[in-house]
Amino acid sequence: MDFTTITLKLLEGFLTTCEIFALTLVSALPLGLLIAFGSMSKFKPLKILVRGIVWIIRGTPLMLQIIVIYYVPGLVFHIGLLPRLIAVLVAFTINYACYFSEIYRAGIESISSGQYEAGKVLGMTKSQVFFKVVFVQVIKRIIPPMSNEIITLVKDTSLARVILVAEILKNAEDFVAWGLVYPLFYTGVFYLLFVGLLTIIFGKLEKRFAFVTEGSSAIKVRRKLSLKTKISTFIGSIMIVSAVAIAVIIGLICICL
Amino acid sequence: MAYLEIKNFYKSFGQTKVLKGIDLSLEKGEVVSIIGSSGSGKTTLLRCINFLETPNEGTMTLDGELLFDGSVKKAEKEKFLREKRLNFGLVFQSFHLFPQYTVLKNITLAPTLLLKKKVKDYKKQLKNKAKLDNSLTKKQIAEMVSIFKKENLEEIKSDSLALIKKIGLEEKINSFPCELSGGQCQRVAIARALALKPKILCFDEPTSALDPELTGEVLKVIRSLKDEDRTMIIVTHEMGFAKNVSDKIVFMADGVVEECGDPQTVLTNPKSKKLIHFLSSVTNKDGE
Ligand SMILES: Nc1ncnc2c1ncn2[C@@H]1O[C@H](COP(=O)(O)OP(=O)(O)OP(=O)(O)O)[C@@H](O)[C@H]1O
Ligand SMILES: [Mg+2]
Repeated sequence: MDFTTITLKLLEGFLTTCEIFALTLVSALPLGLLIAFGSMSKFKPLKILVRGIVWIIRGTPLMLQIIVIYYVPGLVFHIGLLPRLIAVLVAFTINYACYFSEIYRAGIESISSGQYEAGKVLGMTKSQVFFKVVFVQVIKRIIPPMSNEIITLVKDTSLARVILVAEILKNAEDFVAWGLVYPLFYTGVFYLLFVGLLTIIFGKLEKRFAFVTEGSSAIKVRRKLSLKTKISTFIGSIMIVSAVAIAVIIGLICICL
Repeated sequence: MAYLEIKNFYKSFGQTKVLKGIDLSLEKGEVVSIIGSSGSGKTTLLRCINFLETPNEGTMTLDGELLFDGSVKKAEKEKFLREKRLNFGLVFQSFHLFPQYTVLKNITLAPTLLLKKKVKDYKKQLKNKAKLDNSLTKKQIAEMVSIFKKENLEEIKSDSLALIKKIGLEEKINSFPCELSGGQCQRVAIARALALKPKILCFDEPTSALDPELTGEVLKVIRSLKDEDRTMIIVTHEMGFAKNVSDKIVFMADGVVEECGDPQTVLTNPKSKKLIHFLSSVTNKDGE
């Protein structure tokens, strides 16, 4: 087992990890908004139902949810098993949509009624008020909690191994049978790089939305960063992330030898 | 019958009775100032006029058209409410500009959204016509619609630019609200309301959230609107300005119109005890 083989095997797992991450994100973000609307509905039964579901999903471990969605259809209802990856995606999407919905709800409820009323007196429809006036402000407010949740998702993907989906951590663990421990630590590099990249993206997003602040306090906004500062922040961030990654690799290799 | 006629408005929130039978009338081109102590129901009255609250009782007619009738208990459809709201403009005490849009976009947003509906109606109308006499091909319709849309968009743009010039913010046209002073924000809010060409423009204490040195610029804009003969209802605590700009002053106390008349009489020759008390408390404050 040389380093290249191991790296390739881990990369293969990492691809699955990324797949789970990306697909969950793409489906849970809109579904979460829908659930948020449900949980704020004026129609009481719907509101109670949705809040009940959110309570159950947030109140039980994601691992349990994965197991239930994978095994229950086959073992209890005898309709065959879902493909493993699909089961994982379903469980992740539902779970994360519920968490996201609470973030959306908090964001939506934090917008002052003045914004809705300003839209109303200007003759906008309800959906225009929401999508043209409120939504961007909600996004600005939810970027920090959302980034937190999304970073957690990166690491939660490792739970997929409970039903033997070959994500990166499972592939690394398989090497333990060969007496190799360091691939397990090596996975940390992948996670760190990935999360580092996300952190940079979220930081940029926050800056991009800096002007979205209600109130008259004169917050100075630099609308366009100069190219020089852009390049230097980019290079700086890359350097920090790679420095951490290299330190981890060296540390691991030292441990293993 | 007057241009705007409000009769017998009642409004309560749960147990609190806020408006207890308000009558108000206003001629076209007139400016009415509403004064009164805190909690007397001035904001609530403006919100009722703008269909943000529904009065429990009363009627409102504008230009001969019955806009609101409290004796009809059925809730109005959102669509009709929206159309009725467009008769009025409202400038809030705390501006409520849209923070994510530039000054220009704040002003053009609502007219542009309304245009969408207008374009749709125009297209429908053309299609119906085409069905009747086969005079128009699909391509022709599409072309006419796109010209119609373009012309209207240009009109919105030029109207908005004219408004921005009127409020004196040409250099700030691409700034965001958070980059403006309070006075500038309020001027943008006024332009935003004017962009929809309301028949009556309402102000709810437009200068109360501003530093004293910024009130002047906002009052100047309102003054210039008066010179254009716009019909306005202004809730204000600026007695000097009210005296100056209005054709009529309404003094509200505890949810009723306590006194009403031309500025000279109401302010220099008050009759009711409450108004005398109110005026002396206001002048005392100014004296300090
Ligand atoms: N949505 C509401 N729910 C309950 N009570 C309300 C509501 N809106 C207003 N009120 C009450 O109605 C009364 C009148 O309020 P309003 O805002 O109309 O007064 P105002 O004359 O505008 O006062 P101010 O000069 O302070 O602005 C107050 O006692 C207030 O507490
Ligand atoms: Mg008020």
